[in-house]
Amino acid sequence: MALDQIKLNLLREIADLHGTPEGAYNIRADGETYGRATTANIDIVSKTDKSGIDIIIKPGTKNESVHIPVIIEKTGHQELVYNDFFIGDDCDVTIIAGCGISNCGSQDSRHDGVHTFHVGKNARVKYVERHYGEGTGTGSRVMNPETVVYLDEGSHMELETTQIRGIDDTVRKTTATQAAGSSLVITEKLMTHGAQRAETSFTVDMNGDGCSANVVSRSVARDKSFQLFKSVINGNCRCSGHSECDAIIMDDACVSAVPEITANSVDASLIHEAAIGKIAGEQIIKLRTLGLTEAEAEEQIVAGFLK
Amino acid sequence: MLELKNISYMAENDDSSKEILRNIDLTVSERFVAITGPNGSGKSTLAKIIAGILKPTEGQILLDGEDITDLDITERARRGISFAFQQPVKFKGITVYDLLKLASGRNLSVNEACEYLSRVGMCARDYVDREVNASMSGGELKRIEIATLLARSTKLSIFDEPEAGIDLWSFSNLIAVFERMYDQMGGTILIISHQERILKIADRIIVISDGRITREGSGSDMLPGLLDSVADDMTACERIDVV
Repeated sequence: MALDQIKLNLLREIADLHGTPEGAYNIRADGETYGRATTANIDIVSKTDKSGIDIIIKPGTKNESVHIPVIIEKTGHQELVYNDFFIGDDCDVTIIAGCGISNCGSQDSRHDGVHTFHVGKNARVKYVERHYGEGTGTGSRVMNPETVVYLDEGSHMELETTQIRGIDDTVRKTTATQAAGSSLVITEKLMTHGAQRAETSFTVDMNGDGCSANVVSRSVARDKSFQLFKSVINGNCRCSGHSECDAIIMDDACVSAVPEITANSVDASLIHEAAIGKIAGEQIIKLRTLGLTEAEAEEQIVAGFLK
Repeated sequence: MLELKNISYMAENDDSSKEILRNIDLTVSERFVAITGPNGSGKSTLAKIIAGILKPTEGQILLDGEDITDLDITERARRGISFAFQQPVKFKGITVYDLLKLASGRNLSVNEACEYLSRVGMCARDYVDREVNASMSGGELKRIEIATLLARSTKLSIFDEPEAGIDLWSFSNLIAVFERMYDQMGGTILIISHQERILKIADRIIVISDGRITREGSGSDMLPGLLDSVADDMTACERIDVV
């Protein structure tokens, strides 16, 4: 199967890819495997009991990357995919995922993905996930990603998720369980417009002494869109946890933030910060004194906020 | 050349209104003009009226002969008016480099951005990629604010109390920046200040008190008697700031 221009564009939007990437990859297009490559240290195996793949990274693998983009162009295509990552001890790898949907038809297109990460002792993982939608059809573009993370002792994971435009409905769910000395940094960037809905929830269980978690969400809600941010951090040991939800609300949008922090240990140190507000008038005035129109000023402020 | 003709401004509050500026007539054509006077006398209001942030209740504003009274902030900026805020605005995510690029209105190179920062006494490489956010000190924000005006390099640059809210160490550097700016800026600088060292650089000093221009003249003529009388109008704390 060759990739047409629409699919190539989706690949570029979600993974900065101009064709097949270097290193290990698995490209899924309209429910089929378009291409796959493995390396000496990274194996990718199709699941036999359900749709999805296992990505197995050998212990000690350093400075390698895996791309696993998913693209959907066929209107009405719906799928549920399970991808499991087994990252060996002492690895240092980057995983680039993401899903792009182009829907020019009248039926809903939908991708539900469950990604489970088993991160080995002292391993470091950077996981980048970008979601994007386009197309002029009346059918919705729906994505429901679920990310499950198990961090073993001393491991570190950075999780960057971005959804800037084009997804009509999304429920994003992330759960993490941390062992001693592990650290987790989650950065979410989200923008909704039109009548879109986005619900994100993070649940982090800090179970091992000396672990830390930092969950940061920045979002912009425009037009009549709706966002719900939930974060639950449970400090069950000597640990430090921080979550932050910072949202810009515009037009007739609605944003709701529901933070929850629970300390089950006197040595747990937990902080939550939440702020929702419109763009500060003085910021717009400042940029207008530099010669920008009000609309241009808003665009710059939003772009900077989500950068 | 900037001309203010019979500018008045009434601040409206719920049920009351207060006169802030009354019948200001002023022509600014020199390279460096300072406006001074007691706190609350209407100086900042006047600066905001010139930049288009506030609309005068009465009067007319002309820039190089063109009536700009009804032009908004953006249109005035595009005609060559720049404004440095007394309290510089903070952003989330916008870097010093971003701001300087926006100010210059072109695709400024990193080296050019660094040059502007160097001119305000900042170690450019340390700052160019930093966000203009709450992590910066008052002195840092002030200098970046001034750098944006250098990057704009317009025919009229207005500075609203650049010395306010910064520490003594930053202040000494700031004065040096303005001393250099006199030679470097192509257009007119209109600066609101209480500071003797800034007033000393000015070609002309205008004193505003209780919403009116009470005195004006060349810097050398005005300065000797001015500081004593301005200090008389200030509170003890403000006098300490001046020192």
